[in-house]
Amino acid sequence: MKAGEFLIIGGGPAGLMAALAASEFGVESLIIDENQAPGGQLVKQTHMFFGSKAERAGTRGFEIGLELQQELSTRGIKIETQASAVGYYPDGTVAVMQNERVWPLKPRAILVATGASENFVSFPGSDLPGVYGAGAVQTLMNVYGIRPGNQVLMVGSGNIGLIVSYQLMQAGVSVKAVIEGLPKIGGYLVHASKIARAGVPILTRHTILEASGKDQVERAVIARIDENWQPVSGSQSILEVDTVCLAVGLSPLTEILWQAGCQMYHVPELGGQVAWHDELMMTSVPGIFTAGDVTGIEEASTAMLEGELAGLGAAKYLKGESKELQCRIDDTACRLASLRAGPFGQKAREGKCKLAECRR
Amino acid sequence: MRIEKHPILDFKRGARVRFFFEGREVEGFEGETIAAALHAAGIKVLRHSVKLERPRGFFCAVGKCSSCLMEVDGVPNVFSCTTPIREGMQVRRQKGRGRLDLAAGSGPSPEAGER
Repeated sequence: MKAGEFLIIGGGPAGLMAALAASEFGVESLIIDENQAPGGQLVKQTHMFFGSKAERAGTRGFEIGLELQQELSTRGIKIETQASAVGYYPDGTVAVMQNERVWPLKPRAILVATGASENFVSFPGSDLPGVYGAGAVQTLMNVYGIRPGNQVLMVGSGNIGLIVSYQLMQAGVSVKAVIEGLPKIGGYLVHASKIARAGVPILTRHTILEASGKDQVERAVIARIDENWQPVSGSQSILEVDTVCLAVGLSPLTEILWQAGCQMYHVPELGGQVAWHDELMMTSVPGIFTAGDVTGIEEASTAMLEGELAGLGAAKYLKGESKELQCRIDDTACRLASLRAGPFGQKAREGKCKLAECRR
Repeated sequence: MRIEKHPILDFKRGARVRFFFEGREVEGFEGETIAAALHAAGIKVLRHSVKLERPRGFFCAVGKCSSCLMEVDGVPNVFSCTTPIREGMQVRRQKGRGRLDLAAGSGPSPEAGER
């Protein structure tokens, strides 16, 4: 395994776009990904993307992943799969493990595009088999074609909770209810309407009290909650479900950034601890870039544009400035800003502003 | 548990792979992970917890949370949610922290390090 100039850790939407953008300016990249196939979360997304044509709107997530891989192979960019970055050393070496063998790689620039992992909520019985993360449910049904169960309770009404509920129905699974602690549905109305039209109740101000069953989930108890998030007595109901799907947010996977000594800040709007970065996605450590969910939980379309910016940033860092490069940077930055311009981009906008302020 | 008809996706399953769960033969398809193939066979309990010996299944399915650790060909603490099935593989539910049988030389087969 050879690092090349630019080592990209994570072959999701951000990492793949970074490699493509960097290659336009002659930067030689290597992408490593710990999964069997690259694409990150795109591989399990069966819905069409929003936005404009430039952001591949109207194309389904998994198809975007395949398109990007096709473009990468056309340009001769290598992807090493089942390869994990297991450590960063002070001299800039990244230890990459593949097939129980460790490769010390020393690139000139690095992109940490490691994504995020799912949050958990605790309740009695939350450790029972049958309580699964929404991403796990998507993997099982959309990658392997296996139903996670027959009756599902979805916890969380953000876009992931809503989209996965719809996908479960497409796979022939019954969604008994979607519950949400907040007084309002978290995700896009278009996703909520689709499942509501199909008869799935979306219960706001509701929580799960417990899951129970012998060796696996057989039922769940839900209840309404008051303004202080306390269960309202007498509002409990029992749902006969074999699966409880948790779609309660994501947290950035920042281990490598911490190891590399990047300045980290806690920004709740971005999902937790994230690395400070400049306009070109470079962290406080020169040559180390970051993009995608690891630098703030958003969507695949914003991750793609952040990745593109990081790839262009790496090109500037490695090859120097040029008028053409600056044009590309301005264009990408502009598209990213317009993608975040709507009301649903508000949280990310505020988070990114806070993060930028952290180091002033 | 397998989805045969889907409005958007077309599942191209690989060759059949036979492996063993607790000594019993289970069939899956090439490219599937241990946890996925077991789930398709109706097996959700993958290990028992360290202190209270409670049943555990997978949670994240991306090799992060450690909920799905199993004993594979005598090696404990294998992420069953990301490890692909192989013909003849011996998979067992892990009890507690698992057991490392160093004296017997259990470990990855020598060719695993080659590439």
